[in-house]
Amino acid sequence: MCLAIPARVISIDGTSARVAIEDVEYQASLLLLEDVRPGEYVLLHAGFAIEKVDPEEAAETLRLLNEIAAGGEEAP
Amino acid sequence: MNGMEERIVMSHGNGGVKMQELIREVFLRHFGNRTLNEQTDAAILPADGQTLAFTTDSFVVDPIFFPGGNIGKLAVCGTVNDLAVSGATPRWISVSFILEEGLPLRELEMIVSSLAEEARDAGVEIVTGDTKVVNKGKCDKIFINTAGIGTIREEDRGIGFGRNISPGDAILVSGTIGDHGMAVMNARESFNFTLPVISDCASLNHLIRHVLDRSEGVRFMRDPTRGGVATVLSELAVKTGMGIDIEEQALPVGNAVKAMCEILGYDPLYIANEGKVLMVVSKEETAHVLRLLNDYPLGRDAAVIGHLSGDHAGKVVLRTETGGKRFIGALTGDPLPRIC
Amino acid sequence: MKYIDEYRKKELITALTDEIRRISRKEVALMEVCGGHTMAIHRFGLHSLLPANIRLISGPGCPVCVSARQFIDTAVACSTLPGSILATYGDLIRVPGSASSLEKEKATGSDVRIVYSVLDAVELAAGNPEKKVFFPGIGFETTAPATAAAIVRAKQENIRNFFVLSAHKIMPPVMAALVRDGVRLDGFIAPGHVSAIAGTEMYRPLADESGLGVVVAGFEPTDILQAVLMLVKQLESARPRVEIQYRRSVRPEGNRIAMDLLDRVFELKDDAWRGLGVIPLSGLKIREEYAEWDAERNFDLAVPPSDEPGGCICGSVLRGLKTPADCRLFATACTPADPVGACMVSSEGACAAFYKYRR
Repeated sequence: MCLAIPARVISIDGTSARVAIEDVEYQASLLLLEDVRPGEYVLLHAGFAIEKVDPEEAAETLRLLNEIAAGGEEAP
Repeated sequence: MNGMEERIVMSHGNGGVKMQELIREVFLRHFGNRTLNEQTDAAILPADGQTLAFTTDSFVVDPIFFPGGNIGKLAVCGTVNDLAVSGATPRWISVSFILEEGLPLRELEMIVSSLAEEARDAGVEIVTGDTKVVNKGKCDKIFINTAGIGTIREEDRGIGFGRNISPGDAILVSGTIGDHGMAVMNARESFNFTLPVISDCASLNHLIRHVLDRSEGVRFMRDPTRGGVATVLSELAVKTGMGIDIEEQALPVGNAVKAMCEILGYDPLYIANEGKVLMVVSKEETAHVLRLLNDYPLGRDAAVIGHLSGDHAGKVVLRTETGGKRFIGALTGDPLPRIC
Repeated sequence: MKYIDEYRKKELITALTDEIRRISRKEVALMEVCGGHTMAIHRFGLHSLLPANIRLISGPGCPVCVSARQFIDTAVACSTLPGSILATYGDLIRVPGSASSLEKEKATGSDVRIVYSVLDAVELAAGNPEKKVFFPGIGFETTAPATAAAIVRAKQENIRNFFVLSAHKIMPPVMAALVRDGVRLDGFIAPGHVSAIAGTEMYRPLADESGLGVVVAGFEPTDILQAVLMLVKQLESARPRVEIQYRRSVRPEGNRIAMDLLDRVFELKDDAWRGLGVIPLSGLKIREEYAEWDAERNFDLAVPPSDEPGGCICGSVLRGLKTPADCRLFATACTPADPVGACMVSSEGACAAFYKYRR
């Protein structure tokens, strides 16, 4: 139940935000999410921004994966 | 066998499994013959020493104006391409118009102007036509039916049926896939996305002639319209009884189309193209044909996307960008936007 | 695409599958309960990458598949009311009801339209005051808050011709029911976006009672494989617990605004899950305060009960007890073009995905 895609916030317009995925743009509703700023990434699902994508956690996940790839010590 | 629908539904026209069923169970059953049963893009007909290609098509696209073209331009491109992929030089086209009462003349003028311009560019003559007008509501603004005739050189005769297709032959596509279907879908629905995608609607006869004149390696061609590349591949696998291997990473897909597919849950392999040709090319000639395509503007993004194989006969296997494998079947229902 | 491509890198996938292979000893059955996961697993061919001792089972995670057939019948009934516009997500258009489908109703002249956002349906209502706009609400916690927001907006803007038909459901009760039913499982791959909204605390009672691990996973191939790795590690160390793999979008507390909206507009009710029977307090019903926007309270939409076709074993497939290949109707009488049972009706149902990608 879950087709949501990370989209970059371009601008905020009241209760909606202009978001972009590559060159595709959409006016996403912010009725479910507060405190969103241009430049941040949100998950776009059925026309709504439903959650933010945390860049630090994203990087940490990649770091862990790269460690596993390097054959290093891994911990969930 | 599943019970046939009692009524025609939209899936019967989408180029996929249901349409095939309809063709087989109704049309071929009543007037099938050896030529028709081949179900090639154009009929290859011997005519007193010459070989002719003969095709027909109807255009009912909605909306009639879309980014990159309109129904008039599409009518010429579609007909020209059906002839060109059969190895023919398109020569003459008929155009029949069915017009809905109330259609603004200005719109008709724009469509006809595009049609004429495309015909000129493609080098075909519109030699006969027909006009009908129906009451408001009896057709959707304008429907166009065409028929096209082309001539086929002796050396290009077998292409329409597929000649000498063998395991190891390469499968090429002349450029990015999914552009037309995505542009039209976005123009038709009101999903409110802004996307820089325009239809790839184009006549391919010059591109194809450029290749056929310089290489003998082309064994088969199809234009992947309704049903997309997946449907053409699926039919090719069944027709040849061979397997097909496709590399997902090799598929040329524009960034915006890729993004929309992720957003709505579409697969670019199933989306219509109106300016692309799929070719089966001998192993030896692959690099040469690819260069010929890339050198031509319409073939700029051409790529080798896979091969015929001796394994998994009759089936198309996609190796995903992540290294996994899955089957590709023919289109069952029109792609629908998902939220799941 | 950012936050997507990085999580699809082949070398990371190979590293994960190698690691899983290295440490996984036992026969393991892991169930995912999300249509999005079913699709991702099939789309990326993950079955072909995992070792044979790890079995991924597709559970009841496809909201279209688990909605009772009467739901489609009721939506069809709405679309035949005079002056109605039926605006729906694309997922429902082709799903067969007992006698018809929304696609078929469209073919016979009903005004049926596909929307990407429920707010588009509210717009339709605002722009067509003489019409009645019906929106069938399907989906779990990921999507229900959107419907809630739409109803609240309709109330705030005094749009009185917008009606919701709710078939929304929530996940934890069905997961618990599967465990109670004795389905043989070693762990759950929990739905990433449901959890982004609802948080992860809701899995704790399930994990504690069942002793099964629950790992919340994202939807890219490395997300799913990393979640499998985490579950395998839990099993090998005999430490089942609730963990989050999808940390870039899921926090234990979830999205409070979304959940508050959901609680404001909906209340829990016992609900029938197609193929599984009635599961207590698993469905979302529109609260009395918003009754004016509830299609079922405002229109006579009674439809006859509908039986499942004979030979259909969707109930067993949804519980992970049988696979599509075990069903005698699969690929013969029941195909994506002509689906019979719940698991085939939606492209992310277990049988539809199996048919498309693995035959």
